[in-house]
Amino acid sequence: MNIRQTLIAGANSLSVFAALVALWQLVLWIFRVPAYMLPSPWAVARAVDARLPSLAIAFAITGEEALGGLLASIAAGVGIALIFAQSRWIRRMLYPYTLLLQTVPIVAIAPLILMWVGSGTASVTLIAFIISLAPVIANTTQGLVSVEENMVHLFLMHNASSMQLLFKLRLPHAVPSLFVGIRIASGIAVIGAITGELYAGSSRVGEGGLGYSILYASSQLQTDYLFALVLAATVLGFSFFFLVMFFEWYFLHRWHESARKPEVE
Amino acid sequence: MTLEVTVPEVQLSGVSKHYRDGPAVLHNIDLTIAKGEFVSLIGPSGCGKSTVLKLISGLTSPSSGTILVDGMTPKNARETISYIFQDATLLPWRTVRRNVALGMELEGTSGDRREAKTSELLELVGLREVSGAFPRELSGGMKMRVSIARALTTNPRLLLMDEPFGALDEMSRDRLNEELLRIRAEQKWTAVFVTHSVAEAVFLSTRIVILAAKPGRVQTMISVDWPQPRTASLRSMPLFEELTSDVSRALREARSE
Repeated sequence: MNIRQTLIAGANSLSVFAALVALWQLVLWIFRVPAYMLPSPWAVARAVDARLPSLAIAFAITGEEALGGLLASIAAGVGIALIFAQSRWIRRMLYPYTLLLQTVPIVAIAPLILMWVGSGTASVTLIAFIISLAPVIANTTQGLVSVEENMVHLFLMHNASSMQLLFKLRLPHAVPSLFVGIRIASGIAVIGAITGELYAGSSRVGEGGLGYSILYASSQLQTDYLFALVLAATVLGFSFFFLVMFFEWYFLHRWHESARKPEVE
Repeated sequence: MTLEVTVPEVQLSGVSKHYRDGPAVLHNIDLTIAKGEFVSLIGPSGCGKSTVLKLISGLTSPSSGTILVDGMTPKNARETISYIFQDATLLPWRTVRRNVALGMELEGTSGDRREAKTSELLELVGLREVSGAFPRELSGGMKMRVSIARALTTNPRLLLMDEPFGALDEMSRDRLNEELLRIRAEQKWTAVFVTHSVAEAVFLSTRIVILAAKPGRVQTMISVDWPQPRTASLRSMPLFEELTSDVSRALREARSE
């Protein structure tokens, strides 16, 4: 995409945004919605401006929890995938349990984690970790085992050791799939952190991440601040998405066909 | 009459192969390949010609019969064998240069020697200028050159090639055929070459083995006694036409049985 096209695309996105805000304001005028139900765009903007420091703190706390959970998922997920890649037998035996990770509703186990780990950042990070782990395991394993047979034969013909097969063939081959897993996991980790905070919010009253603050703002009927928090949560999700896209591009763009540029298409 | 003391490069005696309880892929193959020969295997699909290469390389074991490579079992002889596959089997995350060096890297060749040998072979196959490129940036023919260079870095005495030029257009194929012979004239390895193309087999080989299918077996062999070095002009000589039609006829017979 050249600069002109980028500018046009950017301008188009901005006009969509402006149209949505206008529609929002129109709904307020026509239906006379009270401010505690739906604040005006202007009121939300004022809330963002007035409470920027506490928004930033909430953003940072949730960001840290989600990032912690995601990094733990990548480390543990790759480790587990390396074990899974060793034999079909191991995969058959253990794979059902990764499905369990994916299907167990987080709201059901959150109270347990809260009971075991206590409230605060640690249990929220743990929740973000648990629900973002499965896609990393599944995709990395897929990448490790889907190496072409002839590639393996080539390595065998040069008397490659099993370590060489793993680190010079299977692992690099799995990197594109790993990134598919990380991309999915990054979105889930953010959702996990916010959901986790609804349960395990904060160890201190009045101070916590986005999820905790959303709960707090709604109980206080501070709807304009609630909207500002939702906006911040969206920005956080986007930041993770672009961060992962950037790393994916950085590591893969020279050799992999599917590596996309960090841009919204 | 002189006493034959040279150990053949490859010797298959009474080799049969079947997978599990399936029908025989190969039945009772006897084939001796002397050092320095260039033998092409050609035959209808299902005749097991690729399986012959897998057996010689030790990537698969025969159900019965014995295989010796330079007097050793295939697995013990692996250091002297290089295998070139139909697809170039390049690692897409490595540059051309590092792909060529892969075989030596796996076998633990020291860094200095590896660098020198890599440069030498990149030069030999005419890829010096693209040594920093990634495989996705190369044409099919260039990828195959990388594959050939990689195979030659470990100084093989036996080169096994499984339809290496099968996916290329005719022009690239002809050029690579000529280059293969040019390199062979310098390096003197023995070659076993699987192909679908009669013209390719006639141009390259010192001997053509025609296989029949179901079960795979040796139908007949045709020697190609041509002077070396061979050049592109051979393709337009009457003798070439004659041999090509001989091989085609033998192939038709193999298919009709």
